[in-house]
Amino acid sequence: MASIWEYANPRKFIRTTDVVLPWVTAAAVLCLVGGLIWGFFFTPEDYRQGSTVKIIYLHVPSALMAINGWLMMLAASLIWIVRRHHVSALAARAAAPVGATMTLIALITGAIWGQPMWGTWWAWDPRLTSFLILFLFYLGYMALWAAIENDDTAADLTSVLCLVGSVFALLSRYAVNFWNQGLHQGATLSMDKQENIADIFWYPLLVCMAGFILLFLALVLLRTRTEIRARRMRALLARERLG
Amino acid sequence: MIALLIRDLKLALRAGGGFGLGLAFFLIVTVLVPFAVGPETGLLARIAPGILWLGALLACLLSLDRIFALDWEDGTLDLMATAPLPMEAIVTLKALAHWLTTGLPLVLAAPLFGLLMSLPGEGYLWLVLSLAIGTPALSVLGTFGAALTVGLKRGGLLLSLLVLPLYVPTLIFGAEVARRGAQGLAVEAPLLLLAGITCGSIALLPFASAAVLRVNLR
Repeated sequence: MASIWEYANPRKFIRTTDVVLPWVTAAAVLCLVGGLIWGFFFTPEDYRQGSTVKIIYLHVPSALMAINGWLMMLAASLIWIVRRHHVSALAARAAAPVGATMTLIALITGAIWGQPMWGTWWAWDPRLTSFLILFLFYLGYMALWAAIENDDTAADLTSVLCLVGSVFALLSRYAVNFWNQGLHQGATLSMDKQENIADIFWYPLLVCMAGFILLFLALVLLRTRTEIRARRMRALLARERLG
Repeated sequence: MIALLIRDLKLALRAGGGFGLGLAFFLIVTVLVPFAVGPETGLLARIAPGILWLGALLACLLSLDRIFALDWEDGTLDLMATAPLPMEAIVTLKALAHWLTTGLPLVLAAPLFGLLMSLPGEGYLWLVLSLAIGTPALSVLGTFGAALTVGLKRGGLLLSLLVLPLYVPTLIFGAEVARRGAQGLAVEAPLLLLAGITCGSIALLPFASAAVLRVNLR
């Protein structure tokens, strides 16, 4: 019975992703192109928001991946702390810039949508604010990775930062609720509500979300492979200098 | 333990320890704000709780990199790590010493600065109380940040980038208590939440700080 921890072996990881990565990338491209074209050109305009509603196909999936990217980093950090698999630490490191970019996309598309709809690029609304704070957490995490020279030390420190940061990001999320009432609409996709987004917008959105998830996966796998190879190269160079 | 605390306090109080620097910084911020926004009493009174909280927070931040830096440079930290005292206790004591030399003076001086900012009369009690409850959390969080960046050459800027997002909940609730107090509104809810954050941080963060300090001393 093969265990999942086999993939913690860098060689095995590289070999597996050699096979998996092209498929994931192709699926991501297919979903994104299909979903975005479907969403942009083949859905009706909203009767109140006009064509600006279509930015939802970028905004919601990127926001989804901004949060889940951090969760993935949290899981990878925990695995590093508990089992000390190097691939896991490198995956967390690889995910951070991708997650930060997703956060930035969500913020920017939100601003572009908010300008005509709310009449402002930015409001200190709880959701907007907590995303900005999440972005700051991403920045701090990446800066700490970049600042420390020893790889293992950096992995340890950033993992602990990720754990503590998760708690405080969550706290901030609810603290800002307390501090200002929101302008942002409620969740449109909860399972238990009667009034959700209409099906005609929902299906292309679903495809776009799948596309963003696959895109995130593909980018993280690619970046992890790069990190593994960069580290191997450093090790080889060091060995050559010694020998 | 007591000896370590007293040593830290003495080092801070004597020349070059930077005691009072935070206080002076707080004063400067308070003096500069009216220059920036204008001397109108009504406006100052409205923003006073927020400005005072922000000033206290920045003053706290300013002195964070001193928590471990000096002991790291001369090797005292390695000695402490090999001492029978657990690392968690050392970290907690460091945070306590930082609070006693930075947080407590800020709390005590806050009413005076409130006067400069023409804070309304009913706000003083809540400002002092919220600072007294909130600043320990700032010290403990700051100790965690200082432990993270202790080995780095230019850790100061990185330290603020790491610590400031962590300060967000404390700042929100603390400033909210002070603001509501100044306007004569009910303060129980934010006060309790602020106390919750402080207690939670004091209880849990020393373990995280000790863990990263051990990694850094490895």
